[in-house]
Amino acid sequence: MSAKSIDLSTDNLAGRGDDFYALLMAAHDGLSFKDRAALNARLVLLLAKQVGDIDVFESAVKRAAEMLGQNT
Amino acid sequence: MPRYAYQPFPYTKSPELGRAKPGRYPVAIVGAGPVGLSAAIDLALHGIKSVVLDDNDVVSVGSRAICWAKRTLEIFDRLGVGERMVEKGVTWKVGRLFHGDWEVYSFDLLPEGGHKMPAFINLQQYHVEHYLVERCADFPDLIDLRWKNKVTQVGQQADFATATVETPDGVYSLEADYLLACDGAGSSVRGMLGLDFEGQVFEERFLITDVEMEADFPSERLFWFEPLFHPGQSALLHKQPDNIYRIDLQLGWDADPDEENKPENVIPRIKAMVGERDFEIDWVSVYTFQCRRLERFVHGRVIFAGDSAHIVSPFGARGGNSGIQDIDNLIWKLAAVLKGEGGEGLIESYNEERVHGADENILNSARSTSFMTPKSDMEKIFRDGVLDLAGDLYFARRLVNSGRLSLPCSLEGLALQTPVEDGEGIVPGEACPDAPVAHGNGGEDWLLNHLGGGFTLMSVGETQVIDGLDPAIEQIAVVRSPAPVRPNLKHLHDRTGHLTDRYGAGHVYLIRPDQHVAARFGAPDAETVTTAWKRAMSRT
Repeated sequence: MSAKSIDLSTDNLAGRGDDFYALLMAAHDGLSFKDRAALNARLVLLLAKQVGDIDVFESAVKRAAEMLGQNT
Repeated sequence: MPRYAYQPFPYTKSPELGRAKPGRYPVAIVGAGPVGLSAAIDLALHGIKSVVLDDNDVVSVGSRAICWAKRTLEIFDRLGVGERMVEKGVTWKVGRLFHGDWEVYSFDLLPEGGHKMPAFINLQQYHVEHYLVERCADFPDLIDLRWKNKVTQVGQQADFATATVETPDGVYSLEADYLLACDGAGSSVRGMLGLDFEGQVFEERFLITDVEMEADFPSERLFWFEPLFHPGQSALLHKQPDNIYRIDLQLGWDADPDEENKPENVIPRIKAMVGERDFEIDWVSVYTFQCRRLERFVHGRVIFAGDSAHIVSPFGARGGNSGIQDIDNLIWKLAAVLKGEGGEGLIESYNEERVHGADENILNSARSTSFMTPKSDMEKIFRDGVLDLAGDLYFARRLVNSGRLSLPCSLEGLALQTPVEDGEGIVPGEACPDAPVAHGNGGEDWLLNHLGGGFTLMSVGETQVIDGLDPAIEQIAVVRSPAPVRPNLKHLHDRTGHLTDRYGAGHVYLIRPDQHVAARFGAPDAETVTTAWKRAMSRT
């Protein structure tokens, strides 16, 4: 069996994507840029813990890095 | 096509002038915009007289509210102007989103067939008002349109409202059982009652223009994040009838509205977008985002509807649409109360249901605005991350927020609806979805042509006739066969199966005059239906 990878075909935010996004933005309110970056680092670590699978996590890291700098 | 020719509506001297006694009407409506005019027509359909007071004598200048959503078109259709609007309007259902010059993705709003009305049309507000004014003329004894009648004072008595009205021929006063304030975002009635909006003003401005040109832009909603022609901001393009394009450009909070309104500043911005072609600017406005509402829409005998009650940012088509939906919700209740058929709690239920609707619109519109105008470096990093991933990832596309386009508001769980246990079918509170039907020997027909105005009890699949109901409730049986099932019972033929799929066979629905489901049953008796009907009429 090949290594597992992140499932990118579905939206499993349960139809509440806007709520997720609003919550994420609100968490950054009132922080300095440095603290915002620190918050994001902690969040990624917590979510990695929740993912719990090194192969899935690695595929997510790869996908996140893919397009950096191309459209921004 | 010639562009719209503004013609002033004729002013006539009001009969109250020179009389000591104020005129008395069941309903006075302040403001002859889409909301006020729709209110007058809906009241007339219930046989109730209204007087409409407007300080001006022309339709809206500029396109203003242009995107009319399916639910609103269904309401306009019930009022008798929907087909005309669809015929004139530009029908669209595809939206495209760009980031820079890169197309991130496109979406199709209504892939589902079997609806009379399209997902959206674009039609300038002035055309909408014009059609509504012409429709008002079908009710000469019930609708009294008074142009150049400016309301300068509003007062409240225990069981009626008063208004002082200024006209070119002098001042008069009138009394009305209810006064509807449909006088827009800058509502003077709101000011006269000392009321103010609560909520958020965004520090963001948009330039909104109507541009007349020969062009081949498709009938789609085009939205750009950070387009090359307008760096760092957002832009929106909609096609309207008569070769008029609506262009909305984000300016940023630092922009000076007076400067930005000047042709020498507008023209280069439009040129950057549409290129070197002949165009003419029809209308320009600079708009500041606000997402705010009155705490309550009902104040004694004065009722607020439309922009006078709530305002949202323009993305998502929630301004004009929600105003028409206010009227759809309010008028049958007002008619029932005025005729003594419904309880006064109906008026309070308008407040409950439409404050709920306004909050939904304000939440969605505030979120769209936040996505479009990130307020920090980190918000922008997240926003751009979403746009990047949205190129090929479905979950990220669903996070892109350039406006969550107006959908019918569900009234589930609110006072008038009878709750149901879980199960298939339409949940009480939802707006009835349309479906193709046939009636009698007629040809193609639509379900929504047969609902609304009064209460309907509709059985789907198995014919159920309930004896002993109030005659005000019309009973309809929907069946899969063209043959009548019972003499003296109205039946509709579900000719495509869409209706049975959408509503579920074996259900019986009690449907409100605004085409929302009030209750859903299996095999009810007369008492069960009557209890739900009384609840929906606030008769306890």
